[in-house]
Amino acid sequence: MIDAVGNPQSLLLLGGTSEIALATAARYAARRPLRVVLAGRPSPRLDKAAARLDRLGATVTPLPFDAADTDTHPATIEKAFADGDIDLTLVAFGLLGDQEKAWTDHAAAVELAQVNYVGAVSVGVLLADALKRQGHGTLVALSSAAAERPRRSNFCYGSTKAGLDSFYTGLTEALRPSGIKVCVIRPGFVHTKMTAGMKPAPLSVTPEQVAEVIMDAVAQNREQAWAPSPLRYIMSALRHVPRPIFRRLPI
Amino acid sequence: MVVRALTGWGRTAPSTARVLTNPTHESIQRAVRAAGERGVIARGLGRSYGDPAQNAGGLVIDMTGLARIHSLDASTGLATVDAGVSLDALMRAALPLGLWVPVLPGTRQVTVGGAIAADIHGKNHHSAGTFGNHVRSLDLVVADGSIITLTPSDELFWATVGGMGLTGIIISATIALTPVESAYFVVDTDRTTNLDELMALLTDGSDDDYDYSAAWFDAMSTGAKLGRAVLTRGSIARADQLPPKLRRNPLAFDAPQLFTAPKALPNGLANKATFMALSEAWYRKAPKSRRGEIQNLTSFYHPLDMIGEWNRAYGPRGFLQYQFVVPFGAEDTFRRIVEQIARSGHVSFLNVLKRFGEASPAPLSFPHPGWTITVDLPIRRGLAEFCDRLDLQVLDAGGRLYLAKESRTSPAALHRMYPRIDEWRKLRATADPAGVFASDLSRRLEL
Repeated sequence: MIDAVGNPQSLLLLGGTSEIALATAARYAARRPLRVVLAGRPSPRLDKAAARLDRLGATVTPLPFDAADTDTHPATIEKAFADGDIDLTLVAFGLLGDQEKAWTDHAAAVELAQVNYVGAVSVGVLLADALKRQGHGTLVALSSAAAERPRRSNFCYGSTKAGLDSFYTGLTEALRPSGIKVCVIRPGFVHTKMTAGMKPAPLSVTPEQVAEVIMDAVAQNREQAWAPSPLRYIMSALRHVPRPIFRRLPI
Repeated sequence: MVVRALTGWGRTAPSTARVLTNPTHESIQRAVRAAGERGVIARGLGRSYGDPAQNAGGLVIDMTGLARIHSLDASTGLATVDAGVSLDALMRAALPLGLWVPVLPGTRQVTVGGAIAADIHGKNHHSAGTFGNHVRSLDLVVADGSIITLTPSDELFWATVGGMGLTGIIISATIALTPVESAYFVVDTDRTTNLDELMALLTDGSDDDYDYSAAWFDAMSTGAKLGRAVLTRGSIARADQLPPKLRRNPLAFDAPQLFTAPKALPNGLANKATFMALSEAWYRKAPKSRRGEIQNLTSFYHPLDMIGEWNRAYGPRGFLQYQFVVPFGAEDTFRRIVEQIARSGHVSFLNVLKRFGEASPAPLSFPHPGWTITVDLPIRRGLAEFCDRLDLQVLDAGGRLYLAKESRTSPAALHRMYPRIDEWRKLRATADPAGVFASDLSRRLEL
């Protein structure tokens, strides 16, 4: 159960090597005994993540999960709930890819959409059902500031996150009567392996800072949160900038 | 059967369950036998602050539909009632016979079943003990669906008293009521300028002259004003103590409700400015010292019952109530905690301080000889860490938290606070080996 101040007893991390997801789990583990189901593609990185959470005192169960292979999702999600309730689920998997390749290379574009959007919808539907049966729980989906307005520089990635964002925002409403909470997180530029070597955008954040935003959103029952929070106002303003100006902006 | 999202009075941590309304003995027995893997729990009027009357994904039995008063005997003082009868209803029925509900918490809007399950206490704990002390017998639907009658000579009786509904569904009980001549209190009020003065007053022996005693204290002011308080103490008036006007109908039940708080109040109404002003006004309006004042139940005991659904004032984010007791001798810890609350920036207006008397035989009963305070804290950033820090100090002092108020502590802390928990768990495991009775609270705290 998640308690009155937002402490969960169990986590499901879909995207078990996500630095944001791991930072969040590490912080929760510091507060209360925590059971973590770590879902990701079996890899040395996943093993390392499991070992790290284990050292922090969490009880970790690794779970093989391939975001692109939606046919396997029903069985995988069922397995995730097999050992007991899941209080908080983080939908944290995603590809960034090469942005030019992403709209010029057919296979790359399809893979990006398949993982980031189709995969997210696929687990979203299954999680909604599992959480309704369980009667409680919170679902956090990692969207992106890129979902707010398409930019020339990363519109393919942005379009997948916009799709994910819309789906989970709608799911928030659909699950309201069932008492299940959904929260969409929109981080800006996050310093991770995924963005290593890229030029950071203004207001960039670390995975730890995004984890703080997630925990705060869960504790305060927020349905949407930005990381960092002032990004909300900047993106809101950018949304209304006329195209001729917008395309000249160095973003 | 309806599916509903439920919360406690603090309006935090909702969960959804199938709810069985208007239950009968037979439908409860059937429901218990068919409970399924997520189990079943009874719910009364939902005044527990946290999650003991919720059962995510399982079954909740709304006991307020089982609310008949079967018998009230003026000569023996015994009342046999369904578990869903509220203390308000019981009081209204019993007063004309000159009988008084022996233990009343800060609201009358709790059921008899809930009062037993939480083993509630009132301002008269030092003279009358807990609610469980006045229960002569109770009928319980146990895990196999049968009905058993328990009396204070049964171990399972005491595991059920304070057992948070986890030993079975209480369906009825016989309570020993107290004979009274009036429904009024003779009240002495003392205003103290700080916490030390208050605690001195409570330990100079004078407390034993009163059946009822509790203090409101200021949890906002620091420094010299830290813990300034209004202590009200009294006993139920004899008819001859009443003024002639009230003497005509001394047992009249005089408890008006002024208004109900509107449904949609925003977060943030409970802030430092409003609560400072309220605390100041509350303190100022009390007399420095007054003796022998006649007060009705509402003004002496239940000022909050004047406002229906007052919990809405904290906004949709909700609030928690932090109530702990530390034993006598831990006054330093006690003082330090009050100081930390006042300095924390977390705001609380409805603060109660009381000296507890002897403990009940029930393993999970909360009250123990010592000092207890209760503060209401709106949910906001930093509250989780703040309460965790308070827990450590309460633990170190040998104190504990109250399960009827609890909504956020860790299982390990709770288990250490209740040294007799293993004894209780053994009794529960014998009575309910398959874990038919379960709640969000039992899952959260691994009870």
